[in-house]
Amino acid sequence: MFLLVGDLGYSVIEPFQAEFPDSFYNIGVAEQNMAGIAAGIASEGNQVFTYSIGNFNTFRCAEQIRNDIDYHNLPVCTVSVGGGVAYGNMGYSHHAIQDYALMRSFPNMLICAPTCPHETRLCMELLVKRRGPAYLRLHKAGEPCITVCNDPIIPGAPRFIAGNKNSTNAILATGFATQGVIDKIMQSDQYALFSMPAWGMRFREHVQSFASNYMRIITLEDHLMDGGFGSWVLESLAGTIHASKVYVQSLSLESIGKVGKEYYIHKLSNLFDIP
Amino acid sequence: MKTEEFQKEIRLRAAQIIASAGGSHIGGVFSSADILAILYSEILARSVDGFIDSFILSKGHCCAGVYSALNVLGFLSDELLDTYAQNGSPLMAHISHHVPHVEFSTGSLGHGLPFGIGKALASKVKNNAKHVYVLLSDGELDEGSNWEAIHFAGHHKMSNITAIIDYNKLQSLTTTYATLDLEPISAKFEAFKWTTLRCDGHNIQELRTSFLAPHNNKPKVIVCDTIKGYPIDFMLNQVVWHYRTPSAEQLASIIKQLNRVYQ
Repeated sequence: MFLLVGDLGYSVIEPFQAEFPDSFYNIGVAEQNMAGIAAGIASEGNQVFTYSIGNFNTFRCAEQIRNDIDYHNLPVCTVSVGGGVAYGNMGYSHHAIQDYALMRSFPNMLICAPTCPHETRLCMELLVKRRGPAYLRLHKAGEPCITVCNDPIIPGAPRFIAGNKNSTNAILATGFATQGVIDKIMQSDQYALFSMPAWGMRFREHVQSFASNYMRIITLEDHLMDGGFGSWVLESLAGTIHASKVYVQSLSLESIGKVGKEYYIHKLSNLFDIP
Repeated sequence: MKTEEFQKEIRLRAAQIIASAGGSHIGGVFSSADILAILYSEILARSVDGFIDSFILSKGHCCAGVYSALNVLGFLSDELLDTYAQNGSPLMAHISHHVPHVEFSTGSLGHGLPFGIGKALASKVKNNAKHVYVLLSDGELDEGSNWEAIHFAGHHKMSNITAIIDYNKLQSLTTTYATLDLEPISAKFEAFKWTTLRCDGHNIQELRTSFLAPHNNKPKVIVCDTIKGYPIDFMLNQVVWHYRTPSAEQLASIIKQLNRVYQ
């Protein structure tokens, strides 16, 4: 197993580097090279993780991910930190709000967007077991854990987190954005909250059966609507009677280029105003 | 088969399948054919049923040369070779990893060297004897991703990788000189801490000497001066043969000239 970083990860990657010096490379500020090297290392029977901030090891090396990693079905996981607007005051370059749209367009890609550190650990177990092209979207360090279920994650399968299991309204959330509705769920019996920590183009088989249990499904993500998680759910239900049940809560165009703390940018999109 | 026979056979078979398929890129196949000939006949370390070393064709549009070389070695049947670029064939018109003994699909330039460096890195850590060879075009060196890779390999003293540049000095519209002048090409590689050699890419002895030269604890590059379309008189050094398919008459002339040049 190898970890490659794009000259990022200060105070995070040092323990791995110290313990596994032969499995760690700082490629430098050179993401296309990092993705290409990752593919080459993986082609020799290894599993590789690349690490950078949001858009850098996704958009900058999109063609390498597409052609070298995904098309060859290689066990390379692109790990991005700062998903959504976690780096709120850093500006647009650091806002990962179109990354799902890019990464989910690759046919073999598994998207992993855990809600909290507990789900991150379960995602890692899945990733190590599955050994294929993957995208792991992290937020920032120090988040609280909001999930307790230790069952293995099944790609495309919703996982109940909290709320009223008998409600006819389901919130289906992915990634850190899930944390933004926990309080609302706890204070109300109107919703059943589910997370979908792993999904992608090849993992749609559970969506219809899930949708058949509810009158309304509200998807939630810290990402633009177009090409995001809600869009993936809608595509999965296209042509069925369930498609009209879906409401998409996402970042809006109002968030583009805005500066400020994460909650401020979320508020501009009314992200957590659940209908 | 001797290297000298390879030189003819790679060109002969590649010309035939390109003509049958109505394909392009014969000029670049012919400029790189001698490099491929020595790689496949002498340089690449072999196992019982394949290769120990890795060869990555980064200029993937010249795949007809590689497919022909594999056919010469008996790794790719005549029947399969004849399906080149036809409906449903695994032999797409850029090199494909769906073909046995091809490790990496390319088509977009600038991908082969980082991938090859990754393989070489993994091999170094595993401490195995694999050497990685990557063939690039000259126009491909316009891509920044190559220079990221060149920078990395030089910094890390990666002595188990060899890059070969098919320096025919033509790219899509005109010469490399007029597009983005690569000179001083050798000095550039030396500045990035590569052992740098330059040779006549159609002279087998010069190629052999270059491939066998020591790395001196560095990655190595062999800049091969070549001619697009070599040795066919009506193809020499012309951009159009990046694109044009030989007609039946031109194919007949190609075969005649190859039989004369490589007796």
